[in-house]
Amino acid sequence: MTQLPTHTDKKLGLAIDLDTCVGCQACVTACKGWNDQGYGAALSDQNPYGADPYGTFLNRVHSYQVQPDIGAAQIINFPRSCLHCEDAPCVTVCPTGASYKRTEDGIVLVNEDACIGCGLCAWACPYGARELDQAAGVMKKCTLCVDRIYNENLPEEDREPACVRTCPTGARHFGDFADPDSKVSKLVAERGGYDLMPDLKTKPTNKYLPPRKKDIPQEASLLAPLLDIQATGFAGWLDKVLGKLG
Amino acid sequence: MKPAPSVILFTVLSGMGFGLLAFLGAGFVQPVGWLAFFHWGLGYGLAVGGLAASTFHLGNPQRALKAFTQWQTSWLSREAWASVLTLVLLAPVALSDWLGLGWPRVTGLIGAVACFGTVFTTSMIYAQIAAVPRWNNWTVPAMFVSFELTGGALLSGQVLPALIGCSALILALYAHKTKGDVAFAKRGQTLGKATGLDQVGSATVFEQPHTSPNYLMREMIYVVARKHIARLWPIAFGAAAILPAVLVVLLPYHLLTFALAALIHLMGAAASRWLFFAQAEHVVGLYYGQR
Ligand code: SF4
Ligand code: SF4
Ligand code: SF4
Repeated sequence: MTQLPTHTDKKLGLAIDLDTCVGCQACVTACKGWNDQGYGAALSDQNPYGADPYGTFLNRVHSYQVQPDIGAAQIINFPRSCLHCEDAPCVTVCPTGASYKRTEDGIVLVNEDACIGCGLCAWACPYGARELDQAAGVMKKCTLCVDRIYNENLPEEDREPACVRTCPTGARHFGDFADPDSKVSKLVAERGGYDLMPDLKTKPTNKYLPPRKKDIPQEASLLAPLLDIQATGFAGWLDKVLGKLG
Repeated sequence: MKPAPSVILFTVLSGMGFGLLAFLGAGFVQPVGWLAFFHWGLGYGLAVGGLAASTFHLGNPQRALKAFTQWQTSWLSREAWASVLTLVLLAPVALSDWLGLGWPRVTGLIGAVACFGTVFTTSMIYAQIAAVPRWNNWTVPAMFVSFELTGGALLSGQVLPALIGCSALILALYAHKTKGDVAFAKRGQTLGKATGLDQVGSATVFEQPHTSPNYLMREMIYVVARKHIARLWPIAFGAAAILPAVLVVLLPYHLLTFALAALIHLMGAAASRWLFFAQAEHVVGLYYGQR
């Protein structure tokens, strides 16, 4: 059903730390690996070893150069996957009811058996979170690893999204944003987590934690405190005499 | 946005078809016998052919019937309903004209209004998308409906409605172009804002996330198509609206005059629809430092 729920019991999503992400692309690979064999149609590749490879991915990592007003330029890596928006425009445009948002946890999913592959939802998503699989002809998107997070066949520590589980720097955090005491809610409060393109009124669940302020390199000499010492006694006398001579 | 031929064909042909059906339904022309058959047949053919073309770009067209289920939220679903209802509504009048049954024309009048409603739903599929600022305004329905009016008037040989249509079309095309040219800037999104990195400094792309284009880039960041924009706009204005108006005024009132005008209009409509897609920029391009 493409009517959005007015309320979801939980708001599951990711807090993505732009300070710690090193751009290793491990989450991209882990995401493709997990989602290639579980939920729905496989994430196909076209011409994977040729000159013009093409394939479906649910998570992409961009890399930006950012020049602050003062100080050196920084490289900031920027993972981009579905934000599981509260007012998801991708859901309401869908003519078939294939796209939906779950009432229990707010996850936005595609029922591939109903999807006609019209691509309209991918147009409606401002964040480029949906890709139409060229082999299956159905829309693919991040499932928040719905087949891991509730999966009791997996050991406890694996019941989180593949991208979160694999990140070597712990830059992706999974949790419930409806619970103010959850790890992700606290991180957002502490670090000033923000929404992407809030003016488009999609109310994303996922939040981005901004890079921390970098130290500014010191211009003054490290010996500065020493140079200011007033000598006393013999050294003081010598200082005075030498000062007069100079 | 990628100007897929199937979508251009679909919107242009079905728009013209519903335009013709509207004029026939409202009784502007009331052909009889086999002439009626060909007239109505052309209208139905264009409308249905256009709708059929729209299924060509579906990944799984065999499930197309499912598109009727979500009319409460989805303009695409509403369009599916509107077009089928309109075609059914007009069938008795078409039959009556063809076979000379003399049935009441009231369903034809309702059907004529429904024709415009259908094209309006088509236009809203595009106009609703906030992520494509150029489309996200009233000029899109105004343009689509003006095309329908002009195309219908030309195909049904109506001089005055054709002139009104052409004038409306010039205004609508102009409004769409001028409003569209500043729409992206007005939405106020930049790479820095889309990523939130403007809080740190000025952001530029250092490295793309993938080395060859993906679905998003092929579908929504279709830069190649924008090469001939400057040349295509005059063609769109000239062929879609100005020339047809001049032709129906200057040439004698004859079937061939209108056939020629309609054909030129069709070419202009296709050019303008190409521009409609090619010039539309999706905000996702910002993440790639492109538009
Ligand atoms: S990020 Fe895009 S695909 Fe995901 S819920 Fe929001 S609009 Fe839909
Ligand atoms: S591609 Fe599938 S999920 Fe997306 S709008 Fe079309 S039918 Fe719905
Ligand atoms: S939550 Fe799962 S599906 Fe979503 S980006 Fe991470 S690994 Fe991919």
